[in-house]
Amino acid sequence: MQFFIEVMVGGLLAGVMYSLVALGFVLIYKASGVFNFAQGALVLFAALTFVSIEKMGVPFWIALAITLGIMVLMGVAIERIVLRRLVNQPPISLFMATIGLSFFIEGLAQTVWGTEVHGLELGITDEPFDVMGVFISKFDLFAATLSGVLVAGLALFFQKTKLGRALRAVADDHQAALSVGIPLKHIWAIVWAVAGFVALVAGMLWGSRLGVQFALTLVVLKALPVLILGGFTSVPGAIVGGLIVGAGEKLAEVYLGPFIGGGIENWFPYMLALVFLLVRPEGLFGERHIERV
Amino acid sequence: MKTNSLKRSVLAVAVSLGTLAAGQAWAAEQFIPIPSYRVGPYASGGSKYYGGLIDYINLVNAKEGGVGGVKLTYEECETEYKNDRGVECYERLKAKGEAGASMFNFMSTGITYATMDRASQDKIPLVTIGFGRADAKDGSVFPYVFPLITSYWSQASAKISYIGQRLGGMDKLKGKKIVNLYHGSAYGKETMPVLEAFAKKYGFELVNVEVPAPGTEQQSQWLEIRRQQPDFVILRSWGVMTPAAIKAAAKVGFPRDKIVAVWWGGSEEDVIPAGEAAKGYIAGSFASDGVGFPVIQDIQKTLYANGKGNLSDQAAIGTVNYNRGVIGGIMMVEAIRVAQGKFGKKALNGDEVRWGLEHLDLSPARLKALGAANMIPGVKTSCANHEGSGYTRFMQWDGKAWKPASGWIAPDNSVLDPLVKASADKYAKEKGITPRDCSKEK
Repeated sequence: MQFFIEVMVGGLLAGVMYSLVALGFVLIYKASGVFNFAQGALVLFAALTFVSIEKMGVPFWIALAITLGIMVLMGVAIERIVLRRLVNQPPISLFMATIGLSFFIEGLAQTVWGTEVHGLELGITDEPFDVMGVFISKFDLFAATLSGVLVAGLALFFQKTKLGRALRAVADDHQAALSVGIPLKHIWAIVWAVAGFVALVAGMLWGSRLGVQFALTLVVLKALPVLILGGFTSVPGAIVGGLIVGAGEKLAEVYLGPFIGGGIENWFPYMLALVFLLVRPEGLFGERHIERV
Repeated sequence: MKTNSLKRSVLAVAVSLGTLAAGQAWAAEQFIPIPSYRVGPYASGGSKYYGGLIDYINLVNAKEGGVGGVKLTYEECETEYKNDRGVECYERLKAKGEAGASMFNFMSTGITYATMDRASQDKIPLVTIGFGRADAKDGSVFPYVFPLITSYWSQASAKISYIGQRLGGMDKLKGKKIVNLYHGSAYGKETMPVLEAFAKKYGFELVNVEVPAPGTEQQSQWLEIRRQQPDFVILRSWGVMTPAAIKAAAKVGFPRDKIVAVWWGGSEEDVIPAGEAAKGYIAGSFASDGVGFPVIQDIQKTLYANGKGNLSDQAAIGTVNYNRGVIGGIMMVEAIRVAQGKFGKKALNGDEVRWGLEHLDLSPARLKALGAANMIPGVKTSCANHEGSGYTRFMQWDGKAWKPASGWIAPDNSVLDPLVKASADKYAKEKGITPRDCSKEK
């Protein structure tokens, strides 16, 4: 039983880390109705920028502020150069644009900051502490708390602020939002900048665990089933989806894996998401679209 | 009059330049393709490896005027460590140079597999130092593939011997438990039959635990390892799986000095991201790191001091991957040198270089003459033995640098040779290859 609890707690905490990446996708999807293929590249770019600036001898908090500034500028630049020309275009055009962006940002990150792998210490050890025989990672707890704060903040932002409501309106219909005076261009720039901030947080936490390296772009693979489960438009959905995926995959790997050869952690969350799709195509917290025909 | 004179002068200069250019084109040049990866997920290690390889080629050109008076030329092609790009680079470069490509060294098992049939047809050897098929040691079946120095199987054998040494003798392995934590890919699974054979021989329990690729998340695997309470963990990792494994081991409190990793988990790129957690971690090695070797110092003095080095960051010189690249260069250049002894001092084709690779004799004395004494074990290849050595050593990360953790450990060929033969025979049967009779090869 103790081992079961340990696996589950570990899974839940790992799931929160997935949620953090999933949040970036949710933000862009909520504001433009588009799946942002470039989110992984943004995570890499943010982490690489931060660690490179810090290695120049810049203090932690100043490096963080400079990186945040760069991510905001990047968000504005993406709106100006790429998205502005795609207003009212089919979502698939915007999606294709984000694929292009992904390759561009990955290349830009390595061109500007180099290809070297960096370590990133946030001052929180990954050593476990013992709670009645169950090992819990301090780092995972810190990450979970940070993610919780971020989710709560973003949920409030979308639900309670004028800007948040404007974002949701834009996601529903670009044309309609424009016609009622919502400044679409500003909205997109803001939301990409916020997605850049979320990418920075995710990049720092994942970078601290895996090192700041190209492989950070791969952490998005863990976020996809979270999105399917939680719904592409729900900030709380990202966190609930993350918890289900994290706990589900770990328990499946430990208890189901030995019977089917092991190494099931990669595909199990997708299968779980598929089952959810059959029952709730919009995800647990996603918006149900009813169209009149 | 002035105009005519000017025209004549211009014409004379043009003719002279043309003659000079033609003269240069006719001078013998040996072409070495460089299918490197300096961008993408593995760029950090790839840049250093190919930087070291190119530096060695340039060193030979600068100090000796090439090999036997034949200038070494090269062209890089970016593979990004992708199989399709690798095949494209192979096709683009295979016919370049006076006699075509000398040999290919892809530093990628995937690309090596993807080009193996083509290379055999084109009679161009593939140099696979520390990667690729272990059964290619059998040159009677694989005439164009050279897993030089040591293969994955030899390394697996050395890992068991090293663990035996740590326990105080091979007999102490009996009853012990070893977890093989492997990358969920063909690469990761390649050593399983070898480890199982050794488990049978020495009576230890082998528990195989798979990490789905790319290995960014390993919590459940390490919780399972903690539950199993093994004596050692053999880590067969690649890329991001290595730092993720080290961090996860720290998280469950597994001692890092009980992890014995593959050499692809044994570079600075693998341990620096893991930070403090990597202290004490052990990994295999087929080429020693550091700047203490005369060949490395020669590169610094001859190339970097004159602004001719390949890498912009000189801190990379002497790192594990850089030195591996220099060793790659030494093996390739030596193959050309040996082949020139038989075929003459001219541009050699792939098939001729293949003969050189099959007759390498890098004795300790020769390695010393090359400035690489003890950087690698002695290597002597033949038709029957394309590996030429099989020795592996282990090193330990002390938080700042790699320190030797063992001497060169020989493979247990009494276990490996039958496995190599069985696997090579199976491949020959599948591909309809009639193995060469190595006793007739000279």
